[in-house]
Amino acid sequence: MTPALSITGLEKTYGNGFQALKGIDLEVAQGEFFALLGPNGAGKSTTIGIISSLVAKTAGKVSVHGIDIDEDFPGAKKFLGIVPQEFNFNVFEKVEDILVQQAGFYGIPLKTARERTDHFLDRLGLAEKRNVTARMLSGGMKRRLMIARALIHQPKLLILDEPTAGVDIEMRRSMYDFLREINAAGTTIILTTHYLEEAEALCRNMAIINHGKIVTNTSIRELLRDLTKESFVLDCLAPLPELISVTDFNVIKRDEHTIEVQIEKGQDLAQAFDGLREQGVKVLSMRNESNRLEQVFVNVLEQNA
Amino acid sequence: MNAYEQYIAFMTLVRKEIRRYLRIWTQTLLPSAITMSLYYLIFGNLIGSRIGEMGGRSYMEFVVPGLIMMAIVTNSYSNVVSSFFGAKFNNSVEELLVSPVPNYIILWGYIIGGVSRGILVAVIVTSVSLFFTSLDIYNLLIVVAVVTLTSILFALCGFINAVYANSFDDISIVPTFVLTPLTYLGGVFYSLDLLPEFWANVSRANPLVYVVNAFRYGVLGVSDVNIAFAFAMIGGFTVIAYAYCMHLLRTGKRLRS
Repeated sequence: MTPALSITGLEKTYGNGFQALKGIDLEVAQGEFFALLGPNGAGKSTTIGIISSLVAKTAGKVSVHGIDIDEDFPGAKKFLGIVPQEFNFNVFEKVEDILVQQAGFYGIPLKTARERTDHFLDRLGLAEKRNVTARMLSGGMKRRLMIARALIHQPKLLILDEPTAGVDIEMRRSMYDFLREINAAGTTIILTTHYLEEAEALCRNMAIINHGKIVTNTSIRELLRDLTKESFVLDCLAPLPELISVTDFNVIKRDEHTIEVQIEKGQDLAQAFDGLREQGVKVLSMRNESNRLEQVFVNVLEQNA
Repeated sequence: MNAYEQYIAFMTLVRKEIRRYLRIWTQTLLPSAITMSLYYLIFGNLIGSRIGEMGGRSYMEFVVPGLIMMAIVTNSYSNVVSSFFGAKFNNSVEELLVSPVPNYIILWGYIIGGVSRGILVAVIVTSVSLFFTSLDIYNLLIVVAVVTLTSILFALCGFINAVYANSFDDISIVPTFVLTPLTYLGGVFYSLDLLPEFWANVSRANPLVYVVNAFRYGVLGVSDVNIAFAFAMIGGFTVIAYAYCMHLLRTGKRLRS
């Protein structure tokens, strides 16, 4: 099957000589929910800028659903919906007008544009704000407006550049549900985010970009499998004994009710629990010391620094 | 995009542009009506009555076509420069740039926005002028052609200014320091015949001279310059400006990184 996005040898050097991309190869299959991760300035937004035509590439090939952007960029753009990091609509226009106009720019007749506008305003909880000027919307509503705008021409590939930045938890969760729903309906989604738990919750595959190069491109499951060490924080019922240790495990007492257990790859967590139980420790709850994907992310970046 | 889709995109952009200037009509339509009324009253009526004839017509008759053309030039220019720079400033221009709309549709969308405002203001100031003088159109075809070509030309100039502008100051520099002086020195208020030969020849390097005189010829049948040459100049400038605007859009200069 033709990939939703295919990038080969993509390079970008800006006018000031800064090389933002140093030969990126990336392929995202149709139907994917794909995470493109990387620290600030790694090249994520430049890559998205090139795909959306806002940045001119220096070298390389980009195809959207098999259409080479050098040969037929307008054709490729029809498949593409972009939700940028920064708000980029006219804040003095009405919410409804922003969507109807965007539909018009894709050649969608007014009647259909209005029907789709109604649909997406309703689905994204903006129906009551349709006649409000965009500047009156909250930050979360503005993000949802940009998602609605990106979907108005029913693209097959949706690229979201940090769509939940500054969005509260409740709103973020409803946004996740919506994105899962459209992904299940067949829209390929590429997500860049700094919330790694977001990528872990939503995406199957991911690539990490650093210093303009793809340093990892694999499934999230595979990546987590490579995690060699994990730390768990255990909240305990009774005050802990003065000295506490479990054979083969590194156990650190944090305070009277909390211990940290470090587990190497291949070790059985149940053994650690057995050891603690023998010392009369009753565990109330357990959580990861940090997000597992975050640990992998940091490891990968350190290896490729 | 097929032809029908391009038509929809074009009409969307035109509607958006017209809606914009109608929404803020107190800033876009009203000022010209007030300013021109004052010009008619002060220059045409009060001072003009003491000046007597110019170009074989009463001073009021002579000055009205130039003032109408001044309103067209200013409005078609400022509509595009403020709208397109505003879109650049708030990044909403990206809505257009990421869509499959061809460059020429983008350009014509803005041109028609500017032309429509120029013509609407022309209708308003012409209507106001009828309180001060009567206008018998000498050649309607020339009037329509000059108005259309001129508003296209200055809409294109506004587009170029908007592309290069980095701040709102930059979009007022050209109208203030270039457009207004050229308009005032373009024969709106006087005939070139009044100038010494040297300055009359210098004035002929001013494109506004051809615009004002071609329009005055269409309205009164009076002109300081050859009408065919005036059309050639306006047409030539329009073609050059259009080609340059398309070049800016094609290369993405100051629009894409």
